[in-house]
Amino acid sequence: MRIERRETPHAVWALAAPFIAIVAALTLCAPLILWHGSPVAEAYGLLVKGTLGSRGAITETLSRATPLILTGLAAAVAFRAKLWNIGGEGQFYVGAIAAAAIGAGAVVLPAVLLIPFVMVCGAAAGALLLIGPTLLKTRLGVDEVVTTLLLNFVVLLFVSMMIEGPMKDPLAFGWPQSAPVIDEATLPKLIPKTRLHLGFLIAVGAAVVFWLIDTRTTWGFEARAVGSNPGAARFAGMSIQGVTLRVAIFSGALAGLAGASEVMGLRGYLALDLSPGFGYSGIVVAMLAQLHPLGVVAGAIFVACVFVGADAMGRTLGVPSFIADVIVATSLMCMLVAILAAQYRIRP
Amino acid sequence: MIEALEILLTASFWAAALRIATPLIFGTLGELICERAGVLNLGIEGIMTAGAMVGWTTVYMGADLWTGVLMAAACGAAYGVLHALLTVPLGLSQHVVGLGITLLASSLTYFSYRLLLPGATTPPTVEPFQPVDIPGLSDLPLVGAAVFGQTPITYLALVTIPVVAYVLNRTPVGLAVRMVGENPHAAEAQGINVTAVRMAAVTVGSAFMAVGGAFLTLAAFNSFFFTMIQGRGWVCIALVVFASWRPGKALLGAVLYGLFDAYQLRVQHVVEHVPYQLFLMTPYLLSILALILMSRRAAYPQALMRPYRKGER
Repeated sequence: MRIERRETPHAVWALAAPFIAIVAALTLCAPLILWHGSPVAEAYGLLVKGTLGSRGAITETLSRATPLILTGLAAAVAFRAKLWNIGGEGQFYVGAIAAAAIGAGAVVLPAVLLIPFVMVCGAAAGALLLIGPTLLKTRLGVDEVVTTLLLNFVVLLFVSMMIEGPMKDPLAFGWPQSAPVIDEATLPKLIPKTRLHLGFLIAVGAAVVFWLIDTRTTWGFEARAVGSNPGAARFAGMSIQGVTLRVAIFSGALAGLAGASEVMGLRGYLALDLSPGFGYSGIVVAMLAQLHPLGVVAGAIFVACVFVGADAMGRTLGVPSFIADVIVATSLMCMLVAILAAQYRIRP
Repeated sequence: MIEALEILLTASFWAAALRIATPLIFGTLGELICERAGVLNLGIEGIMTAGAMVGWTTVYMGADLWTGVLMAAACGAAYGVLHALLTVPLGLSQHVVGLGITLLASSLTYFSYRLLLPGATTPPTVEPFQPVDIPGLSDLPLVGAAVFGQTPITYLALVTIPVVAYVLNRTPVGLAVRMVGENPHAAEAQGINVTAVRMAAVTVGSAFMAVGGAFLTLAAFNSFFFTMIQGRGWVCIALVVFASWRPGKALLGAVLYGLFDAYQLRVQHVVEHVPYQLFLMTPYLLSILALILMSRRAAYPQALMRPYRKGER
């Protein structure tokens, strides 16, 4: 009996991998819930009920999934081309800054024009932030992992500077937050009296668009070619620098769009707690989806379920809500192993 | 303006620079050991967080300070084993596994802290390492107060650098580590077990990182609080490139970073009408700048980020 590599991953296994990983992760995290002294079955029951148990819970999960779809796409698009953009968090925040700055009355237009304009500005800000590290990578060979990671901290400090300085809302009773966006720049609610807003449809639309680009266009082909074999891509006449830069613009724009959508659809203003790590969770989403644009939607909804459900679990049983991050991180690890297992077979 | 320059002449400034550099020295050495063996360890940020919490909690539960440091190292080594298992024998993407380890280690740390200390609003404190004077040397002007008035962990960091340099460059173990990082096929041909050496290097390196984290809670501060690592792990990764994968230069990089950081903290209070956030940004921006300047000449270990499979090219 020996273990050997398959030519292509086993299709059924590849599809089953995320589910196996999720079950494995929930099993591995069960001892933590026992450590807290809560019954595991009830805790996971609450987790599911808190995310899918009612209309309010479902809309809350989908609204939480909205930024995750976009940051997940940002990571998936970049990772496909082996551009290690770990700066999703920073790009999310510059997108949010742009949306809050322009949407708060700097430009007054009817909603049909203002909403797209502010979103494009948010996306452009995110793209601009990633162009720097990408050019450093392609021109000077500077590792983009570290530069994008460190820029996250710079951007957070910049946000803090903005909301304590020029963008500070004078009517916020001294809270460090920006002035609220005007009504014309606010994304309409999809279902009244819930938090689910138009951003969700935009995010799903973006996933479909990127799936089409990925499968049907030369751009998608080039990005994958550069990612899997840069030598062959160069030999085929593709410009590695050009393709990488294009991928970076898309990736940064998606993360920036996530920030803009949160400001315009959910929060209404810029604050330092706008993102509980959406940029980093996006990486997990992308990996759970095996970098597939449509899979990202499913991955984002799963991660959103864990976060919203863990809140419900915390409210009832008092389990610290950090359990959500533990479950998500464990799912990522299990997923990596599950995909790997799908690439091998056992020969008797 | 004069005030801003006078800072440079105070011994407390130079002492602070070395204090800030200490966790970076451990972190950079740890990352350097991993990378020399061909494995990029992006788990560093989470491992430092875990080390900070485990070291502090051990002491808080009643153990002595050095036991705390040892427990932190053991915890770091455990995460190192997990990272190594996934990246070396399984050959998974080092980027993704590393980030996963960071997410896992930091969330598990926060979760455990909440369970161990429920309802703690103001972080409880422990009695941290105290500065120890070295007879004779501590009385030297300026240098004495700056270098020889530190806590024992800082002295340990300063001693560790030449030890790591010696082991890497002058011993068979170090040669094996460098070989599997440069040319694993040649190493295998020499009868070196590539998988074992890489796993050991990642484990030891991760233990170093955790000790760097423990310094923060057991010497620089006396309590654990969330997000206290503040990107120090990522800075260490930049410092490894800055140091061209050499332990001696790692000290230079860490101390330079410490000098800038200590200086910006002090100059904030002297210069008016400039948002303090601009000062806090400078260490990160300087790390990026250092990376840009050094990347041209960077001699990466040849097999860095390349998984090794026996018999495969």
